[in-house]
Amino acid sequence: MNARVLPYVLILPVTLFLGLFFLYPFVLVAKQAFGSQEGWSLENFREVVDYWKFPISLRNTLLLAAAVVPVQLALALLMATMVSKMQKGRDLILYIWTIPLGISDLAAGIIWLAIFEQSGFLNSMLNGLGVIDKPVNFLTYQHPGVVFLAIALAEIWRATAIMLVILVAGIGLIPKEYYEAADVFGASKWKQFTRITLPMLRPSLQTALVLRVILAFEIFAVVAALGGTLFPVLMGETYAYQFDLLNSGAAAAMALIILGISIGFTLIILRILRVPKGASI
Amino acid sequence: MTDATVLDVSQDTRKSGRFLYVASVVFLCAWVIVPIYLLLINTLSSPEAVNSFPKSFIPEFDFGSLQFFAGFAGMLTALKNSVIVALMTMVMSIAIGAPAGYALSRFDFRGKELFRLLILLARAFPLPLLALPLAVMFIQTGLDDTAFGLALVHTTLAIPFAVLITFSLFSGIPIELEEAAWTLGCTRLTAFTKVVLPLILPGITASAIFAFVISWNEVFAAAVLTIENRTLTAFLLQNLDTSPLHLKFAGGFILVVPALIFIFAVRKYLFAMWGIANR
Repeated sequence: MNARVLPYVLILPVTLFLGLFFLYPFVLVAKQAFGSQEGWSLENFREVVDYWKFPISLRNTLLLAAAVVPVQLALALLMATMVSKMQKGRDLILYIWTIPLGISDLAAGIIWLAIFEQSGFLNSMLNGLGVIDKPVNFLTYQHPGVVFLAIALAEIWRATAIMLVILVAGIGLIPKEYYEAADVFGASKWKQFTRITLPMLRPSLQTALVLRVILAFEIFAVVAALGGTLFPVLMGETYAYQFDLLNSGAAAAMALIILGISIGFTLIILRILRVPKGASI
Repeated sequence: MTDATVLDVSQDTRKSGRFLYVASVVFLCAWVIVPIYLLLINTLSSPEAVNSFPKSFIPEFDFGSLQFFAGFAGMLTALKNSVIVALMTMVMSIAIGAPAGYALSRFDFRGKELFRLLILLARAFPLPLLALPLAVMFIQTGLDDTAFGLALVHTTLAIPFAVLITFSLFSGIPIELEEAAWTLGCTRLTAFTKVVLPLILPGITASAIFAFVISWNEVFAAAVLTIENRTLTAFLLQNLDTSPLHLKFAGGFILVVPALIFIFAVRKYLFAMWGIANR
């Protein structure tokens, strides 16, 4: 087979596959969301937006993303710079720090449930310290703050690793000469971080933030495990429309709303962190 | 101030800086490990101990919870389904993705940028949401509630990664090696199977494992697309409200174990694949 046709033959399976299971369902979900008995309408959207739970789940999802993503970014940057200077045990430390990368959101939710539930380890510890004398049921509507904290901690615990991996890979691409030059001119470590690492890391920061923010709007299983119905989020409501209410039109409308929010935030991040042409490594 | 005291002070700050550094590394390691350890304690305790208060911080090595898990109706089938779907995802995503990775690394062709854009779009897209319309499509084609149908969706999730990882793997092998094989009488295919494949096999394995983990961990699409043949994640999610604590913890632990092993197995490739995935 000649070299002009071969590449197309090689990419054909992926293209067909993504066409069938990525682009086509995307069209289908739009049809489902805008469709109704009398042709095209916004009825499904009106229905989900007017539902009393919608503003709450939208607010919860956004609040959670706003609380979790900045902490993860700071933590991942800190861990990545710490690792870049490490000589001994770098591989071991990196392995430990990336373990949560392989852990599903459901498992992460269950792990933090072991800590926060009524007979869990937080209660046992507080009891051991003498702060409380009988276990408190934290994950109820009386403690909305603790429910939020538990979900946020589980998310930070689970999903910082993906940013860490992207940032460590990005830091590895920065030429060492820049730091040597900065040393010669007597720049402090902090100055090197803000003047070399951060600007050079911009493409990686972009990738890391886009992936993380999109995943943050998809939060579902962690919430289901820890908060249940106490803390409604967009994805959970979508699931409820599909299964509990058997209203797939409304579920599709919710899916499109989540997609819209994801795409909107992606564009904002790309705009803020845009890489000037010719300045990339 | 004499020179000696200046030296002392700077040594002191360096020492305390060093201490702070080591302490934070240790703290961050504990932050990752301790929650998993706590889950392990619950898993290796009897159901009574799991529901009692206060908890011991040392496991009692009782397999009651795990036995309960294994005996719970439908649980082992769910575990089997999870493995089957993940294996299918693994095979399909590599079989479909690797040729494209090879094409991206070896050829310049018209539409290459468009193809890359498609891959990057698919990676940064909340794909599990597309399980909703696929549920309808699968009912029409008879793929509803089958392991294969779910594996197709999981493969969509895993393919962008498979393509990008294999692209970086193939790019790491000089084309001169292949060209040498051609001059020695190999065809394009035999040069590939005899020269390139042995070199990248470990990397291919790593990306296959990565695909396995993506499928193993996926919750939303699995819960939407399976009803009778639930995977472990879907089964646990469906029974969250009703199942006792020790069942949740044992199930959660079973979910975590492969992750620990797999991340260990692919740790060398983790950074290489994200380095390339940046661009």
